[in-house]
Amino acid sequence: MSETILKPTRRALLRGATALGAAGAIGSPLVLRESHAQAAFNWKRFSGTTIDVLLVKNPRSDLMQAAEKEFTELTGIKVSSEQVPEQQQRQKAVIEFASGKPSFDVSGISLHVQKRMAAKGKWFEDLTPFIKDASLTAPEFDFADFGAGPVAYARQADGSLDTIPFFVDYWMVYYNKELFAAKGVEYPKTMDEMATVAAKLHDPAKGIAGFVSRGLKNANVPVWASLLLGQGIETTSTEGKLQTDTPEAVWAGELYKKLNKDSGPAGQVGFNWNECQTSFMQGRAAMWLDGIGFATPLEDPSKSRIVGKVGYGITPPGPKAHHAGMFADGMGISRGSQKKQAAWLYLQFVTNKANQLAMLKAGAGAPGRASAYLDTNTIAQSKFGKQYFDCLLGSAKVARAALPQIVPVTEFRDVFGVALTNALGGADVAAELKKATETFAPVLVKSEQG
Amino acid sequence: MTTTILPAELAERAQPAPFTHSADFTPRYWLFAAPAVLVVAGVIVFPWLFTLYMSTQDWKIGGGPEFVGLQNFAELFRDTRFIESMGHTLYFTVLAVVLPILFGTAAALVFHREFPFRGVLRTVFVMPMMATPVAVALVWTMMFHPQLGVLNYLLSLVGIGPQNWVYSPDTVIPTLILVEVWHWTPLVMLIVLGGLAGLPREPYESALIDGANDWHMFRHITLPLVWPFIMVAIVIRTIDALKAFDTIFVITQGGPGTASETLNIFLYLQAFQFYKIGYASAVVVIFFVIVIMLSLLLLYARQKSKWNA
Repeated sequence: MSETILKPTRRALLRGATALGAAGAIGSPLVLRESHAQAAFNWKRFSGTTIDVLLVKNPRSDLMQAAEKEFTELTGIKVSSEQVPEQQQRQKAVIEFASGKPSFDVSGISLHVQKRMAAKGKWFEDLTPFIKDASLTAPEFDFADFGAGPVAYARQADGSLDTIPFFVDYWMVYYNKELFAAKGVEYPKTMDEMATVAAKLHDPAKGIAGFVSRGLKNANVPVWASLLLGQGIETTSTEGKLQTDTPEAVWAGELYKKLNKDSGPAGQVGFNWNECQTSFMQGRAAMWLDGIGFATPLEDPSKSRIVGKVGYGITPPGPKAHHAGMFADGMGISRGSQKKQAAWLYLQFVTNKANQLAMLKAGAGAPGRASAYLDTNTIAQSKFGKQYFDCLLGSAKVARAALPQIVPVTEFRDVFGVALTNALGGADVAAELKKATETFAPVLVKSEQG
Repeated sequence: MTTTILPAELAERAQPAPFTHSADFTPRYWLFAAPAVLVVAGVIVFPWLFTLYMSTQDWKIGGGPEFVGLQNFAELFRDTRFIESMGHTLYFTVLAVVLPILFGTAAALVFHREFPFRGVLRTVFVMPMMATPVAVALVWTMMFHPQLGVLNYLLSLVGIGPQNWVYSPDTVIPTLILVEVWHWTPLVMLIVLGGLAGLPREPYESALIDGANDWHMFRHITLPLVWPFIMVAIVIRTIDALKAFDTIFVITQGGPGTASETLNIFLYLQAFQFYKIGYASAVVVIFFVIVIMLSLLLLYARQKSKWNA
């Protein structure tokens, strides 16, 4: 299997996340080697160098910045990093990479948005030669520890690996156990059942919504795309053709509309993840479909009214397939950097086993390494409990990329986001998706030409 | 030997030498003006000309430009989202100018009178204007939450059902106007109050002797005299409303759907989300023409109000 990953066909890669994720990418106990070669590896060879790092503002970047001191002590390399809010960071990355001379040596990207853009613009250096070079890669780095699913997701169509997938987000269902128990309802076994369960739990008189998910345009597309995975297809085919007005896509659109319109809170059409999180956290929603990375505040007594009552469920199976939408972040070395080797030492360090485990411990997100999930101490001491980890590992096994692996992902989300919003407003789902597909098709064609 | 100088000759000698073109200092003056000219050329003229050039290109960040003539403009006028965004901008601008002007003028008339705690209340009234727009937008976003927002809670206390505020396409722009009115009415109040403070007392005394009531004095003395100040407020508010971005972006991002997508939000999406620089430049050119036309109209109206005053 590892040979398939290392020498994949384009088709295999685009399917990638399904097969590889299903193979228990993160959950499977991949090789966890004990290294005794640390003393032989020269971490100090680039001592005195300073590298610049561009990060997205989030708790994971906080951890990376906190680890900089230790990195400097280990290597003598100074790190000048900055955290920029996600939207602005994406713009900064695009503009600086397009200039050919980015001001940073290392940058983080959202693979679900910028992966193809990075490949097309040749933003990053292929990391494969670095990984293979024993003089540059510490033995304890153990690249094989990274889950096959995330690695396949990060790998470009030409087989190059230009980022290390250090963070993975799986879409799952948060549910309020107390509300479920009060109505005597079980967690849904299928996507269709999710709608009937939501309807039973919906109680507008008490201000309780049976279901909540993103309604705001752009933000809402991953919800629909995750439901579409239940039909066994993605928004684009392996050949890159849009499948957004197919009967399967319309089915997912109808389900999205039914869940949100019939069982959602008032005004859900303007909800982004933060409004959904607030409603759920305050006990005003029975189910919330979103990324597992949003779990932390739900178990924080200073913010949440449902601490200890949160259930973590794997996205139920659809009519034809069982998948959890997968999203991931990667970090790479700028192709224009003059300090690539020092930057590689930094990448190794921030994505090593200890720092990935620290991410999981802090509740800052799901790491890309498998070993983090095998640390029984961490799991036993976690405030999330066993069900959270079961959901995480179960989702990893059925993970599949939800957003299309195309260049204009943002425009895709915008165009189809408007269609979904219009559907929530009462418009016909099939007509809206057809219109959106016609609008976006020439954009996609053009993006593949240049 | 003595020479006699006649008085007429003396007078002639006392006259300064007539101005001749031999001492033309113009080139030296240009040296003094050059830094300002360079700055204006660098930060205003060049970007504008470059934008004009880019509007004729099909140019996405990461790719090379390709000349397409006026195709971007033709596409814009076929783009229903662009047309809708112009409508939203007009709707938003009219309400965001008219309402603060009305309320601000009324508040200025109130605060112009003497009453207890006037100073304190005036300070409280001005406070929203001092807040940062993004912070204001974030606070209002929380207050608008349909399930948990304080506004719906307050409405429930007086027996009114929950509203969707910015979470409904029908109410999103009026709700955004609510934020604009809260935020910028104090500015209008301050401008008009400044005008009121400088009004002469004599016309009012004459009017009282002639038997005029409060309404007559307001309609025929106060309003005409203070009108130039109101015009200044209208010009400032119009410019502010046309360029409004931060509040709308933070609260709705142009949504739900495209219901609050103004020209600025549309432009931002094209330029910084889709990276269509050529297309976005065409939007800028059209927006620039609209702003120039509106500014000329307002400046003309302001000039007229001065003459009438």
